[in-house]
Amino acid sequence: MCLPVQTCRLRKEHGNKMIYLDNAATTRVSEAVFEAIMPFFCEQYANPSAIYSFAGKSMTAVDAARRQVAALIGAEPNEIYFTSGGSESDNWAIKAAAEAHRDKGRHIITSAIEHHAVLHTCQMLEKQGYEVTYVNVDENGLLRMEELERAIRPDTILITVMAANNEIGTIQPLAEIGALAQKHGILFHTDAVQAYGHIPLDVNALHIDMLSASGHKLHAPKGVGCLYIRRGVRVGAFLHGGAQERSRRAGTLNTAGIVGMGEAARLAGEQMEENARKERELRDYLIGRVLSEIPYSRLNGDSDRRLPGNANFSFRFVEGESVLILLDQQGICASSGSACTSGALDPSHVLLAIGLPHEIAHGSLRLTLSAENTKEELDFTVERLKEIIKRLRDMSPLYEDFVKQKSVL
Amino acid sequence: MYSEKVMDHFNNPRNVGEIENADGVGTVGNAKCGDIMRIYLDIDDNGIIQEAKFKTFGCGAAVATSSMATELVKGKTVQEALTVTNKAVLEALDGLPPAKVHCSLLAEEAIHAALWDYAQKNGIVIEGLEKPVDDIEEKEVE
Repeated sequence: MCLPVQTCRLRKEHGNKMIYLDNAATTRVSEAVFEAIMPFFCEQYANPSAIYSFAGKSMTAVDAARRQVAALIGAEPNEIYFTSGGSESDNWAIKAAAEAHRDKGRHIITSAIEHHAVLHTCQMLEKQGYEVTYVNVDENGLLRMEELERAIRPDTILITVMAANNEIGTIQPLAEIGALAQKHGILFHTDAVQAYGHIPLDVNALHIDMLSASGHKLHAPKGVGCLYIRRGVRVGAFLHGGAQERSRRAGTLNTAGIVGMGEAARLAGEQMEENARKERELRDYLIGRVLSEIPYSRLNGDSDRRLPGNANFSFRFVEGESVLILLDQQGICASSGSACTSGALDPSHVLLAIGLPHEIAHGSLRLTLSAENTKEELDFTVERLKEIIKRLRDMSPLYEDFVKQKSVL
Repeated sequence: MYSEKVMDHFNNPRNVGEIENADGVGTVGNAKCGDIMRIYLDIDDNGIIQEAKFKTFGCGAAVATSSMATELVKGKTVQEALTVTNKAVLEALDGLPPAKVHCSLLAEEAIHAALWDYAQKNGIVIEGLEKPVDDIEEKEVE
């Protein structure tokens, strides 16, 4: 198993500006969000659960954030449960659903390209006697719907499929999955960590029963997220203790984080169309330049059903970590699905699942944009990337063999 | 993550390239785990390594260990070249992160494979040298 590799270093000493193209890893806290959360550290520090009026202001702010977070996905505020982030939400949704519905059955369906927060949770449940079906995806990362339909059994209790993939950006057919789950009376959970606030999501239209989201992917701080649980869905608590979050998630509320996520959700709702338009334009410009100017490169993921800010390439004959180190030296922050630095030998399970051979999966590069990136930054990145790929190919035995083979033919 | 020496050898790799009609060529590693290393050796009539070149597909550590390994074998006899072990390469680079230590093994194997090729071509036996394991995936990339 491996994680995308991130390397990033601010290189102020050379006068170079850093170019941040790793927004799927995390985003910058925006000034507006930072301003909104500041009072909740030194001034408005009360525990929102306390009875005095000083605490009341904190609870009022948490309630407002809950409404903002809910509004972004068409949910009711009391269907939102604040958590520490996407991984906790995924763990909670899947484990609690498995526990609550084990009388009905012990079969769970997920996809082969989920985030590890979902995959490893499913693997843990397998050790406890649950059965998990990992539905395959096509060459663009889209779930094979007919395979999903065939996987459904009378004892299936949960379908958990991500809204959009963190590596290749492919957006899944949530409406179809939701309709199928509803038809069969199966709970539908979606890990929307990459999608929440970036593309329109409506839990009712899509028949989503549970949805995981994270704050720091949309310019809120790290350490806050939420799980949406449709009213009436039977799942127990994950963290036990105090009566916070309607006794379903114990722990003193992370007031500042929650307020930040609320403000970020409000802004994301207001600016979604505009931001997505900007990001798509930048993304398509980047993809166009890379594919036309760097030979033997390919785009991974669906070109159409794709997150606005995601570009994922494979460059044949080179290895991803080397590309990342050389980009970093130019002040460019990016990530790769290469196995290197993960301590594992296999490259990204996502890239293997869409059918890439190992050596091509090792040469992947993920560039994820925000609306704050500029065309100039992308031009600089493409120019450097051309040099880097050429340099690494010049020392690659795979490229040497390829060139020799070509000259023989 | 990497030592200064590793970064130096990654940024300014020594001996990148190929040697035409080399006396010994060895390719090791496999594309599956993401590292392939090829080492070329020019060996004179006295069995001294006059020139060493490499080509590597791999991470920063793989490039740096190839670079260091070729530096270390140059000027050595084929017998002495066997002392360029993974440990020697590691030490010369001031160490590698634990997950990357396998890259230094690859450098040792690449040297051995090139020496084996040389011994085969010349019908000689290099004491202490064993036939390299061939685990390169010659998978066609399309």
